[in-house]
Amino acid sequence: MALTGIQIYKLLPKTNCKDCGLPTCLAFAMKLAAKQMELSACPHVNSDAKSQLADAAEPPVRLVTLKADGHEVKSGNETVLFRHEKTFFNKPGLFIRVQDDEAADGIRAKVSAADTYTVRYVGMDLTLDGFAVQSASSDPARFADAVSAVRAISKRPLILIARDPAIMATGLRAIDGESPLIYCADAGNWQAMADLAKQHRTALAVCSDKLDELADLTGKLKTKGVADLVLDPATRRLGTSLIRQTQIRRLALKKDFRPLGYPIIAFPCDASDPTQESVLAAQAIAKYAGFIVLNHFAPEMIYPLLVLRENIFTDPQKPIQVQPGLYEINDPKPGDPVLVTTNFSITYFSVANEVEGAGLPAWLLIVDAEGMSVLTAWAAGKFDAERIAKAVKETGVARKVARKRIVLPGHVAVLSGELEEELPDWEIRVGPREAVDLPVFMKQAL
Amino acid sequence: MPVEIPKDTWSGSVCTVTLGATTAAGGTRSHTVTVGGHKTLPFMHFEQPMAHRPVIALEIRDRRPDDWSPLLLEVWGNAVDDPASWANAGEKAGADLLVLSLSLTGADGHPTTPEAAVAAVKAVLKASGLPLLVFAPGQADLDNQLLVPVAEATKGERLVLGICEDKNYRTIVATAMANGHLISTRTPMDVNLAKQLNILVRDMGIPADRILMDPTTGALGYGIEYGYSVMERLRLAALQGDGNTQSPMIVTPGAEAWKAKEAKVGQDVPAAWGDWRERAITWETLTAVALIESGADIVVLRHPESLRRVRVASDDLMAVPETI
Repeated sequence: MALTGIQIYKLLPKTNCKDCGLPTCLAFAMKLAAKQMELSACPHVNSDAKSQLADAAEPPVRLVTLKADGHEVKSGNETVLFRHEKTFFNKPGLFIRVQDDEAADGIRAKVSAADTYTVRYVGMDLTLDGFAVQSASSDPARFADAVSAVRAISKRPLILIARDPAIMATGLRAIDGESPLIYCADAGNWQAMADLAKQHRTALAVCSDKLDELADLTGKLKTKGVADLVLDPATRRLGTSLIRQTQIRRLALKKDFRPLGYPIIAFPCDASDPTQESVLAAQAIAKYAGFIVLNHFAPEMIYPLLVLRENIFTDPQKPIQVQPGLYEINDPKPGDPVLVTTNFSITYFSVANEVEGAGLPAWLLIVDAEGMSVLTAWAAGKFDAERIAKAVKETGVARKVARKRIVLPGHVAVLSGELEEELPDWEIRVGPREAVDLPVFMKQAL
Repeated sequence: MPVEIPKDTWSGSVCTVTLGATTAAGGTRSHTVTVGGHKTLPFMHFEQPMAHRPVIALEIRDRRPDDWSPLLLEVWGNAVDDPASWANAGEKAGADLLVLSLSLTGADGHPTTPEAAVAAVKAVLKASGLPLLVFAPGQADLDNQLLVPVAEATKGERLVLGICEDKNYRTIVATAMANGHLISTRTPMDVNLAKQLNILVRDMGIPADRILMDPTTGALGYGIEYGYSVMERLRLAALQGDGNTQSPMIVTPGAEAWKAKEAKVGQDVPAAWGDWRERAITWETLTAVALIESGADIVVLRHPESLRRVRVASDDLMAVPETI
């Protein structure tokens, strides 16, 4: 937990020597508390104070980063239990699991498809983060082969899964020089796993179904010199996972309990009912997992999960918006209609994608509604006839069209009267409520 | 290392609301459904047992819907032409509650008449013993014209009448109170608007155990994060003792998800969206489960397979021993 300026001040030499550039030690302490200066600016601070201050500067949930070939998955550094309190910072990595007893062709096909998968959502290209390779055969050679096979296809970060340190060692040798996340240390194997983690400079997952034991293990591993740890509380069902992951996050944030101040790994891949895999993964996204391992690669499951992850990790203080103004869709001509909507980015992209996808030319007038959707903005008084008229004038759209036709979203049909008064020389039309119905409306009614 | 798990204690709790009345209580329902009563955040069984499980309502219509996805029309088949058969099918699919949404117009294009609305409600009540919610089309004058005769014709059933909004709630609240029904309020994804409307309806004298609130949500991909956080904030406020946020929450992930292009449409969509049916069901299911975990007491769904999946999830969320 962050120390206050006064707490920091007590650890400083209190000599007011000014060597840090500030007039007093207290002023320096305040700068440190505000994270505007580094402790290294003080040449006199003793090593004991240094280590205390360094500990206090540690985030309550340690940041663990997996890197491979330019790809990066960051997890941890979270500061709140509820996204509205500030925001959730680091999106959990989504990994697809393969097991070494699957047929080689099957592994290759699954990894190729998942590796190249990309889907567009509100102007962003979303992808998966990496792969988990699990030893299911108990054969070290097969494990190494599976790891090599996955690495030959995908350059993304990897998680290696084997409880037997000897098997894990062969997997690590297959990608020598890399630092995957290795899973897992438990009460029986933790020393050997710690040696492997240190040797290969990997992050290490720790597994126990008892929080006491989990905390014991992370303490021992930290003492042994493994800093990047990931927790598996070994719950595989929805209800128990929700509780355990909430308890761990609370302990880290509210009690500053360092032994459980690490990211969590979740395994929806182990769902006993395959239709619950996406449900488990959705919960893991919203409720505190940092790494999520899936079994199936199916676009119809991955796309909703990638979207949910974007939604939950959107900063609530900054609604995602697009620049208000006039957008040209499909090279519109002066005879084409003007469609109006708000600058909430989901609204913008829903409308723009429909019109663009249908190949219909139009002028898309985006009104500054403070990033709210049509109905919300209307209810809040941020999307009314006056604002629309203002946008018409500011963008000069009247000079670009020969036929002055403007189409309102169906949800705000009630604005058409007022808008006629604001824009007397325009023809006001009421369009459909939902963007998906725009192409039919434009073809049939315009 | 002994780990002491921090437990939250709260001064407030969510109201308990019972939907439906059995014959003994002056209605005709085969059983009642009770929601709310929570003394802590959803599914934190280690702090307090969940007073009542989240329940699943299925939305049916008084006639074949004009704008529903072909996937929904296909799965319900001919039942969509007859509210009574649809109610039966919904009960068989495992719904705890039925929501009958009245259409703005009849199949002939004329506004729905009070007689037609009453007939549809009565047919549904006769066909199924589940507690019922009746939602009017959402146009103030018509809503009042339809809901008053419905309320009078079903006196004592403890139906839920909706939807009360800030511009139109007086007539609905009055008829609910006069005829022994409940109400559902709706406000557009805003904590303060939700509180305000709660104050307004309570000022009319309707008791707290007859109010549900719908804080409104967006579907996955279409603003779910707003609805999700508003519900988390409302539930936290309720537990902290704010009496204007303590109504059980109802949301409509079914209607929202099936409006989304990802669920509604199967043609001319990106290949990266995958199989249409599975995607649509996942869209509805994930929207619903996320909202249940943020505090929804009633989720209103549309597809029977989503209903099944949400049921499996909610059973699992409820099946946690208090010892964990």
